[in-house]
Amino acid sequence: MTAPQHSHFGIYGGQYVAETLMPLILEVEAAYAKYKDDPAFAAEFQHYAEHYIGRPSPLYYAEKLTKKLGGAKIYLKRDELNHTGAHKINNCLGQILLAKRMGKTRIIAETGAGQHGVATATVCALFGFKCTVYMGARDVERQKPNVFRMRLLGAEIVPVTSGRQTLKDAMNEALRDWVANVDDTYYLIGTAAGPHPYPTMVRDFQSVMGHEVREQLFKAEGRLPDVLVACIGGGSNALGLFAPFLKDETVRMIGVEAGGKGIDTAYHAASLAGGKAGVLHGNRTYLLQDDNGQIKDAHSIAAGLDYPGIGPEHAALFDAGRVDYVSITDSEALEGFKLCAATEGIIPALEPSHAIAYVAKIAGDLPKDTLLVMNLCGRGDKDIFTIAEALGTEI
Amino acid sequence: MSERSRLSKALQKKAFIPFIMAGDPDLATTFALLKALPAAGADVIELGVPFSDPTADGKEIQAAGIRALKSGTTLNKIFLLVAEFRLENTHTPIVLMGYYNPVYAYGIQAFCDDAVKAGVDGVILVDLPPEEEAEFATPATKAGLDLVRLISPTTNDARIKMITTAATGFVYYVSLKGVTGAAALATETVQTAVTHIKTFSALPVGVGFGIRTPEQAETVAAFADAVIVGSAIVQKIAENVDSTGKPLPTLHSTVVSFVTAMAAAVHAKG
Repeated sequence: MTAPQHSHFGIYGGQYVAETLMPLILEVEAAYAKYKDDPAFAAEFQHYAEHYIGRPSPLYYAEKLTKKLGGAKIYLKRDELNHTGAHKINNCLGQILLAKRMGKTRIIAETGAGQHGVATATVCALFGFKCTVYMGARDVERQKPNVFRMRLLGAEIVPVTSGRQTLKDAMNEALRDWVANVDDTYYLIGTAAGPHPYPTMVRDFQSVMGHEVREQLFKAEGRLPDVLVACIGGGSNALGLFAPFLKDETVRMIGVEAGGKGIDTAYHAASLAGGKAGVLHGNRTYLLQDDNGQIKDAHSIAAGLDYPGIGPEHAALFDAGRVDYVSITDSEALEGFKLCAATEGIIPALEPSHAIAYVAKIAGDLPKDTLLVMNLCGRGDKDIFTIAEALGTEI
Repeated sequence: MSERSRLSKALQKKAFIPFIMAGDPDLATTFALLKALPAAGADVIELGVPFSDPTADGKEIQAAGIRALKSGTTLNKIFLLVAEFRLENTHTPIVLMGYYNPVYAYGIQAFCDDAVKAGVDGVILVDLPPEEEAEFATPATKAGLDLVRLISPTTNDARIKMITTAATGFVYYVSLKGVTGAAALATETVQTAVTHIKTFSALPVGVGFGIRTPEQAETVAAFADAVIVGSAIVQKIAENVDSTGKPLPTLHSTVVSFVTAMAAAVHAKG
């Protein structure tokens, strides 16, 4: 049997799951195919996006940052202003509406930084679902505010003590839960990865950001952007921004991976720069792995980027050369964080701080009429303890 | 072809299939067990290939994989182990069980060639469903490896048909919704499912996941062609390694007597 093309991005993607899960994955695929173009589904999504999440998020001209860097005109897509503080809620809204239509009653999710966990717990509270969130024990420790938030929202948090106790291990445990609770449970994956249809579905729900940017920038500048910049863990905020522009050849796109302590060290999370193709968590993609195909632990100061893989569509875009992928280290990200806070009065999450740091690197050398849009995909309240520790400050 | 008939031949009678993880807690222990298990009643041996992220496995086999990786187990070393085993045993089929990524990283063609050369008879890849198997199944079949397919309680008739049409060797029925080693086994439901699968295919049906005692093995053997036991055996190994991960002198005999009791229970059913 030949693998069907619609479930793949070139050789990447696919449905690499145990047989017990396969019928469920096909059920999710069929449900998404049925509802994605359904006007009633779109209307319900639109309603909650506007009145609950607060969409559209502003496209903000960062005048101070632009002047300071002295080159490209920098716009920030302010998805950190969404309800729950990150872009993650866009996807959670879409998937919970799907889970409701599928008649599921219990939601499971994995989370790294806790933003996806909080967003999942939020929509579960709103729509009346039971919610269990798997989180690496190490992440539970470094993301305490989000853990407390999830509990307040009624979610059960399961700290995962296997492996390096981060996002990868949380995803392993969520898959084990799903295989044991196939009848009533829906797995709400937080990034554009996992078995088909998740990479496509998550991209589609997150594309609301790119569509808004297109409209907002036309209104402000009368034209398309020249450069798009976004950080990448699994890659859902980047794809959400990039996807509506992929056919516009003049738009340059830059994905910023987490360089940790440097991509020439063993401590980073840059799957494209330092990995090779393999199969994990339901899809084929670039993975950090050793010569024997054992998955390596990732490292990043940003818990949301601390994952040894990347969404399969990014893997295909990387091979095709359509998107440029670069990396930013932990210490550069901290500088990006400080720059954004000091010049714009916005405390960004550590994840988009990687994108800010890269913008700071290139903006000065770009012509002043260059329109650069960066996805400010999350706010940094959750990170203040990590940042204090990195800066050697006590709170 | 001779490799292939070895698995079919072993499955002509009620078969007991123990699972051990290669390199758990070290390759010397595994080698000694491989040599002893056929005499203890193993008709086929399932040899686990450790993977860092075993998403379909429960705590016991996860821990076995960690011990195996700690002792430096790789596919290369597993092939050497099987080749050495074949110097003195040419009748007991060896089926490798694991996840796709180590195989993919090794190289699909190289894996198939080296597996056959070492004397491996079949392969079970938990996370390679029929939808994705073509790139592996074609060279594997050509090389003479059986690709054992899995059917689970969630598999519907259309999929059972698709899976049994492609299957060779035997069909592996996953007897519960859950990971390996999970507790609740409803044997009546399993019997109904096995009987149903047999209406689609003449291939032997092996049942695994959740069988922990000789009593359960005997019950399942009454309707299944083969009984597969993993977690319960692996647990015996875990109980017989010291805090540094080294095997205790009691490990070998404990595992062999447990396998003997399980095999006897299965063979009592014919």
